[in-house]
Amino acid sequence: MGRFIIIRLLQTVVALIGISILIFVLVRASGDPTMLFRSALSTEEDIARIRADLGLDKPVLEQYWIFVTDLAHGDLGESLIKRRPVTEMIVERMPNTLSLALSSFAVSMLLALVLGVLAATRRDTFLDNGVKFLAILGQALPGFWVAIMAILAFSVYWQLLPPAGTGTPAHFVLPVATLVLFMLPGMMRLVRSSMLDVLDSEYIKLARIKGLPERTVIWKHALRNALIAPLTTAGMIFALLITGAVITENVFNWPGIGRLSIEALMERDFPVVQGITLMVAVLVLLINLFVDIMYAYIDPQIRYQRT
Amino acid sequence: MQNTEVMTGAMVDSSMRRALIFGQMTFVIPVTVLVLLVLTAIFAPFLAPYPPTKIAMTERLLPPFFSDGGSTAHLLGTDLIGRDVLSRVIYGARVSLSVSLLVILITGSIGTVLGIIAGYLGGRTDAFLMRITDISLAFPGILIAILLATIIGPGYWTVVLAISILGWAPYARLIRGEALKLREADFAAQARIIGSSSLRIMVIHIFPNIVNPLIVMVTLSVGFVILTEAALSYLGAGIPPPTPSWGNMVSDGRNLIDTAWWICFFPGLAIGLVVLAGNFLGDWLRDKLDPRLRRL
Repeated sequence: MGRFIIIRLLQTVVALIGISILIFVLVRASGDPTMLFRSALSTEEDIARIRADLGLDKPVLEQYWIFVTDLAHGDLGESLIKRRPVTEMIVERMPNTLSLALSSFAVSMLLALVLGVLAATRRDTFLDNGVKFLAILGQALPGFWVAIMAILAFSVYWQLLPPAGTGTPAHFVLPVATLVLFMLPGMMRLVRSSMLDVLDSEYIKLARIKGLPERTVIWKHALRNALIAPLTTAGMIFALLITGAVITENVFNWPGIGRLSIEALMERDFPVVQGITLMVAVLVLLINLFVDIMYAYIDPQIRYQRT
Repeated sequence: MQNTEVMTGAMVDSSMRRALIFGQMTFVIPVTVLVLLVLTAIFAPFLAPYPPTKIAMTERLLPPFFSDGGSTAHLLGTDLIGRDVLSRVIYGARVSLSVSLLVILITGSIGTVLGIIAGYLGGRTDAFLMRITDISLAFPGILIAILLATIIGPGYWTVVLAISILGWAPYARLIRGEALKLREADFAAQARIIGSSSLRIMVIHIFPNIVNPLIVMVTLSVGFVILTEAALSYLGAGIPPPTPSWGNMVSDGRNLIDTAWWICFFPGLAIGLVVLAGNFLGDWLRDKLDPRLRRL
């Protein structure tokens, strides 16, 4: 177990270095950063001063080292437009993103469990097919478009829900529903297939032979084990949530980090976008690390397989 | 990190989509839709009733022909500055199609090369390449795309680059798995015995045998690329106006949703239709060419 954790930790560190290099290179390879600061009136000296301010006159390796040590101190730089630390701007918006992400995660997990189990136990019934149909649509229709159509139906036509903004619980309904539509198909498929695997196993047969009621067998014995697979995808689900949140927050003018990244894009404020990208990448990696360790703790086979 | 299978456009298992419509219809309908898309894109100037960027302030916000006040002059209505929605949807097909082709060409090539190398050579090379793949798969690609658009500015090539940067990973993973199996095959062993070089074996013997899964993957990723391009254009990180793309058209209509629903309704419908066709065709091909790939 110790060995497994150490190897996983090392892998995470390597991945972190990989991501920092990717972003560092992208930012520098895609143009002259001083272009973002200078105006038509800038002289050669101004440009040289900007280069010195940004540390661009130093050797590349030293630039990378400064970039990484700043990161390690939680310093993501300063916004070009707002003149405020990027970390502060992200932290300010974080609660909005998290409340949206957590509530939609909870709703889709719950729905995925119920629908996934029902689809697995009642294969090829009306319910199973209905769920399939929803999943196919959810995968093919663009999330932003579905969200706008939902606004058209529920805010413009029936006037039941607010079209955008935050504040009341009613403001959560449409954004959460959009994100759920995004995530539900994948999660539900996972629950369904892992449930089908579990239902095939010996101990479920034993539970049935023992004469336990079908409801107990499915919802208590089988579900507990069928949950492991969906939970291990937590890191990816989080990545999906953030991706979905960038779009959803923009459709609904939800003041989270997704909205912040697009506001920064409009102003070409690259330190802000860079900070958000880095932070999300680190979060995804850490969640993956945590889940893998938990998983190895629960299931000893994993420890040997992966080391 | 064995948990990334559900990523990309291939999240739904095939049996699902197949169960809906039986028989050959799952082949005929998607192929028709995709052929129509290609023809529309190529012949856009002949099909579109108006130039896509022609502004007509006297004909602003006209509804589609079937609504009150609509006319057959503008079948799908007009937008805020009087541009014809139908013409813009037709021209939008060009963006979706050409971005998909380019991205698939780039990601497919990179993914295939890296996948074959990783799977065939194995060992450290494999471990190294697969770790990079894992990182890419866990990464929220849309943020990298937004970062790129912030630095170099939104544009056609920014979109292609942005979707390609992380899009090769699912290919690499799939092809690597195939190459891993083929490495142990008799024909590969015989080639080694007669002294063929690794490069030769990879190109002449391994590659022809991974063409089928590659075709399936390519078809399945059409939907993913079109959705991503549309999302980026919607967010302002994609194709900049006035060039019509389905994503930026939906974005144009967002703030007019209470007065002119048709501006964003039709381009969204076009996206949904094409993505659906790509997904169904991918499933059909997989079942025909390579039933082993159910999990793709």
